[in-house]
Amino acid sequence: MNIVVTLKQTFDTEANIVLKDGKIDATGVNMVMNPYDEFAVEEALKLREKDGGEVVIVCMGGADSEKAVRTALAMGADRAVLINDPALDASDEWVRAEVLAKAIKDIPFDLLLAGRIAVDDQSSQVAVRVAEVLGMPSVTSILKLDVDGGKATVTREIDGGTETIEVPLPAMLTAQKGLNEPRYPTMPGIMKAKKKEMKTVTLADLGLNAADFAPKMTAPVYSLPEARKAGVVIAGEEPIDAVKKLVKLLHEEAKVV
Amino acid sequence: MAKGIWVIIEHHDGEVRKVSLEILSKCREIADKTGDPLVAVIPGKDVAALADSVAAYGADKVILVDDAKLEGYTTGAYTSALSKVAKKEEPAAIIIGNTAIGKDLAPRLAQRLGAGMASDAVGMEHDDANFLSFKRPIYGGKAFATVSATSKPVVATIRPNALSLGEADAGRKAEVVNEAAEIDADDLKAIVKEVALVASARPELIEANAIISGGRGMKGPEHFAILEACADTIGAAVGASRAAVDAGFIEEKFQVGQTGKTVSPTLYIACGISGAIQHLAGMGSSKVIVAINKDPEAHIFTLADYGIVGDLFEIVPLLTEEFKKLS
Ligand SMILES: Cc1cc2nc3c(=O)[nH]c(=O)nc-3n(C[C@H](O)[C@H](O)[C@H](O)COP(=O)(O)OP(=O)(O)OC[C@H]3O[C@@H](n4cnc5c(N)ncnc54)[C@H](O)[C@@H]3O)c2cc1C
Ligand SMILES: Nc1ncnc2c1ncn2[C@@H]1O[C@H](COP(=O)(O)O)[C@@H](O)[C@H]1O
Repeated sequence: MNIVVTLKQTFDTEANIVLKDGKIDATGVNMVMNPYDEFAVEEALKLREKDGGEVVIVCMGGADSEKAVRTALAMGADRAVLINDPALDASDEWVRAEVLAKAIKDIPFDLLLAGRIAVDDQSSQVAVRVAEVLGMPSVTSILKLDVDGGKATVTREIDGGTETIEVPLPAMLTAQKGLNEPRYPTMPGIMKAKKKEMKTVTLADLGLNAADFAPKMTAPVYSLPEARKAGVVIAGEEPIDAVKKLVKLLHEEAKVV
Repeated sequence: MAKGIWVIIEHHDGEVRKVSLEILSKCREIADKTGDPLVAVIPGKDVAALADSVAAYGADKVILVDDAKLEGYTTGAYTSALSKVAKKEEPAAIIIGNTAIGKDLAPRLAQRLGAGMASDAVGMEHDDANFLSFKRPIYGGKAFATVSATSKPVVATIRPNALSLGEADAGRKAEVVNEAAEIDADDLKAIVKEVALVASARPELIEANAIISGGRGMKGPEHFAILEACADTIGAAVGASRAAVDAGFIEEKFQVGQTGKTVSPTLYIACGISGAIQHLAGMGSSKVIVAINKDPEAHIFTLADYGIVGDLFEIVPLLTEEFKKLS
């Protein structure tokens, strides 16, 4: 079974966010594979180990995204396509989905795996949009996956519980935390990854014209939240006095109970 | 010309979900300014009875998309039916809650309509240039992006508890129309085999007004009972840090944070939680944060509105007793 995994490189979740000239400043930030995409890569590798086939990574991003892509190759993915074109700097989710779908179309696959959300832009749109462009069903936020005879049986999270869905392949599934425990790249894995194919393509290579992809959303205007400040900390009191004081504050000052 | 603000209504057990009413309340204000009709679109089976409650929260018009195939949510059937009605009616905006259903449906619908979308917005305003602008947290709430669409319709999902609920006016009436659900066979490929709902008297985490969460400091699964007892006195939901989940104290679905649920309650009480940046990503937009931690240096105290330095095993049961006295 052939599997395509879309992945994106994002800021480390520990990173501080600083604005510079109205843009998010990436200077000095440690870049990592989007955490939810790790689940997608892991699931793809497990399926390949069981059924054979090929795991292909598709990533859109700048040349620095090679780092996340190499990590996926070091985990065990077979090859990768990196879509790197400066015209995509100003893309929105619609543009990203159209372009990713075009790149994915050329790769033979039975299953498309992605993360539930990218932790930087927090859109949770791109993968589902790709499925729509490719005309295949999408199941989001999956916690369990079984593939058997041309169909996938997945358990997904819903409000108040879970549901089990059966879907014919090809299909697109997005990974939620709990699906698996991603492996770490091993030393031999890292060495091997250096020799694996990573093809960098531009929009023109994909037969696309940047002029056809004017974003449907305006460029974001960024702002920073007001920092929360330390409030009233009750320390050094008998527990019952501390609790009485807290409840009085919550009731009379904050008016939340 | 695209006109009208659509709110897609979610309902459960014959009641409209609170987040749908929050969105209607805000969109009523906006519609009063722009003159757009406010349209509540109710997909489902036997949904006519819900029309009055959405009218009470400001809908001018109610579109019932009533069909047995829409009884339970599926991505395909809902996308198929709603996209067709949208193509016919040409609304300027389509808004839904950032719930399990909203998150799944909205991007699929947006793509089918060739629309831009703002996800998980915590604010929406009328905007002269582009009709509506949306403010949304990014990077785990460490920044916001304000965006609007360059074309219509714009699709958006709104975080539960982010917008305030208006007053219901039972006297308000809306025009009610039916639209047939036309569902393409191609959109029915995914089949729901089983739905496993966990019956709980407690509110859904993402919609709860109050949440009491436990972290590694809870020490073991058996101790979550003290949080549950406390939660029940104020109608709160129970949550957890990833450390508590990873240690097996509580199920994954209760995790709050970057790789868990994002919540925005009025009151968030963190018990035995240090306040790591990834936990904050999930609860930093709570209105009032309370910390109970035995370490006075715990990071959570730098951002909590109220805190008690103390042993949670002593504090929480006392808190339960004091909360009981309030009601
Ligand atoms: C990619 C990534 C994603 C992540 N996603 C999440 C996420 O979604 N959610 C999340 O929560 N974390 C997440 N984390 C983990 C996060 O970094 C922290 O490790 C985690 O939040 C710590 O949980 P904690 O506060 O319960 O535990 P700790 O940091 O160990 O804190 C326990 C606290 O309990 C206090 N304590 C102990 N005993 C008592 C007692 N008897 N009474 C009172 N206080 C007591 C201690 O003083 C301490 O402050 C993520 C990390 C990464 C790298
Ligand atoms: N630039 C990108 N390159 C490859 N995959 C992406 C990209 N952006 C988003 N994705 C995929 O879509 C998922 C959801 O991303 P988002 O819609 O940005 O939250 C991610 O987890 C990735 O699997």
